[in-house]
Amino acid sequence: MRTLATPLNAKRQKWVESLAGVGFSTPAFILLLLTNLAPLVALALLSVTNYELGAIDFSFIGLKNLNTAMSDPVIRRSLTNTFLYVAIVVPGGVLLSLLVAILVHRRTRTRGFYEVIYFLPVTSTLIAMATMWQFLLHPNLGPINAFLKYAGVGEVAFLSDPRLVIPTLAAIGIWQLIGFNMVLFLAGLSAIPRELYEAADVDGASNPIDRFFRVTWPLLGPTTMFVIVTTFITAFKVFDTIAVMTRGGPMGSSEVLLYAVYLEGFQYFHLSYAATLTLIFLAFTLAFSIAQTFILDRRVHY
Amino acid sequence: MAGLALRGITKAFGTVPVLAHLDLDIADGEFLTLVGPSGCGKSTLLRIIAGLEPQTTGSVSIGEVPVDHLRPHERKVAMVFQNYALYPHMTVFDNIALPLMMTRLNLLERLPLLRWLSTRRREVTRGIASDVRAVAEQLRIEKYFDRRPGQLSGGQRQRVALGRAMVRHPDVFLMDEPLSNLDAKLRVHMRSELAELHSRLGVTMIYVTHDQVEAMTMSDRLAVMDQGRILQLGTPEEVYERPASVMVAQFIGSPAINLLAATTNANGQVELNGHTLPVRLSQNAGAPVTVGIRPESVRVEAEPGDIEIRCKFRRRENLGAESILHFVLVGAQASPVLCKVTHDRGSLVKPVNEDSTLAFALKDCHFFDSEGHRIATNNVELRAVGDSRTRASR
Repeated sequence: MRTLATPLNAKRQKWVESLAGVGFSTPAFILLLLTNLAPLVALALLSVTNYELGAIDFSFIGLKNLNTAMSDPVIRRSLTNTFLYVAIVVPGGVLLSLLVAILVHRRTRTRGFYEVIYFLPVTSTLIAMATMWQFLLHPNLGPINAFLKYAGVGEVAFLSDPRLVIPTLAAIGIWQLIGFNMVLFLAGLSAIPRELYEAADVDGASNPIDRFFRVTWPLLGPTTMFVIVTTFITAFKVFDTIAVMTRGGPMGSSEVLLYAVYLEGFQYFHLSYAATLTLIFLAFTLAFSIAQTFILDRRVHY
Repeated sequence: MAGLALRGITKAFGTVPVLAHLDLDIADGEFLTLVGPSGCGKSTLLRIIAGLEPQTTGSVSIGEVPVDHLRPHERKVAMVFQNYALYPHMTVFDNIALPLMMTRLNLLERLPLLRWLSTRRREVTRGIASDVRAVAEQLRIEKYFDRRPGQLSGGQRQRVALGRAMVRHPDVFLMDEPLSNLDAKLRVHMRSELAELHSRLGVTMIYVTHDQVEAMTMSDRLAVMDQGRILQLGTPEEVYERPASVMVAQFIGSPAINLLAATTNANGQVELNGHTLPVRLSQNAGAPVTVGIRPESVRVEAEPGDIEIRCKFRRRENLGAESILHFVLVGAQASPVLCKVTHDRGSLVKPVNEDSTLAFALKDCHFFDSEGHRIATNNVELRAVGDSRTRASR
């Protein structure tokens, strides 16, 4: 039998193929380079200098910025606050939205109504909503405190008590996230074949608890992982509610990492220091992403 | 082990009726097949028996005990679903073990974390493991224990689904088109395996299919259904040899039965496309009659006593061991007539449109009235005549 490609042709074919491969991936690579990698390199370079916005010259100072950040009590406090915020928002935002999704999923006529209600906070501007929350939580004017006083609990200073400010902001963060996460969970729930519930019914896993732990929860694994990742990143990036409602106060008790970056970079013009803080922020997100890929990812897929 | 009784089952989805007053008795250990075209209500009936769907009226009894108020797992039935419905996140072992976990462990012992508080849990799981192993050995799937359903072939998944059904030792097995997702070769294999399993377990099986071959080959009895009714209930032989209606006759048998329009004359004899058949039916003169002749009863070469009709040859389908010959009638009614013949070399190859005659015996004819009901054989009066052939082709 005759071979279709002579050695010369085969070589040429291979060359054309690899050229085509490079050609197709180049635009994406250039885009990635310009929008992600180049700024990252610039950021890393900036963080090892003492450049300030408007300064005429700057010098290379090595890891001095990093050392300063490590021993800066403000940064430590903002890191602790960020972690506390994330620690409340991630479980709260994921579990509550799962609960809401399961409750909404079986509705037939009212489903659209509930979906809209829960999704409204996602579509609204957070700045406007923050102002509304400020009013709601106001010690003297707000209806929440009015209710608490009526109920006999007494006045609660949600936004000016240093111990309460992060949980309060976290609650607002959860309120804002539930709608989005609910939609993701609803999509996941719709993808579970009805036959599996019927099989579970025949096999004896018919009460709600068994149905949830045997069928719903495991099959929502991939969705849950996606929701956890997006919720984590959103929570870690918390900035706007704090900038509008508390400005880090009272006494820095609601200062978070990104707010510290904003202060250093755009209020005090310590650009190189802000760059260092941003790198720290990046390191945490990266660590989480790696953990997610290597630990969670392997357990949720089937 | 138990028989099953359905009394006056009706089902409507909203205003759409799906099942119309069904009565059915299934004996202990019987293999009953519900067969019919899609949308005939056979799957709905199965789901009502399983308890997955409530009936609108009527009652289901298993082993002479009404089970209408019981949930599916309390009815001691097991079901094999069309797409197997295996739990994709569990291993084969866990899939089969699940029904036992549900019955032998209490709710607390099944919960994550809390289950470690139980002291007898280990002992119970050991018992479950040995039972699962016993079932898996029967089905030869123990080497796939650690795999997930996604890593199995269709036939293997089928076996796992069977294992999950068998492990609880149910009174009744319900199967909803379990072979329809397998390729043709595997389907034939699983057919005999299922029939063998039934005889080994001796358990009552209700099997839903739209495939008449499955219905004919596996069942003790079959119920042909259409539009929410049982058209005929009987052994495969009865249904094949004495179809109760045109619909049943059409559905059972492959290729489908030849149906020819005819009328009765003043003597009650059947006039078929210019031929008078030597038979007298208890029908009014001029009443339309449908004559059904199975392709395997049609012959190319007449035997003594046969009726012959004139046809034109159209084409031949070669199936290897046998051939299906396509003819059309010559005369007022140019209906197609199929003839199934076992192979005999060469002689069947005819030029297209060549005039020829086809022959069949009167005893192989089925007669149906204008509503499609079978005209019972005791109404068919075979004439004792010496030479029917001349009369028929007159």
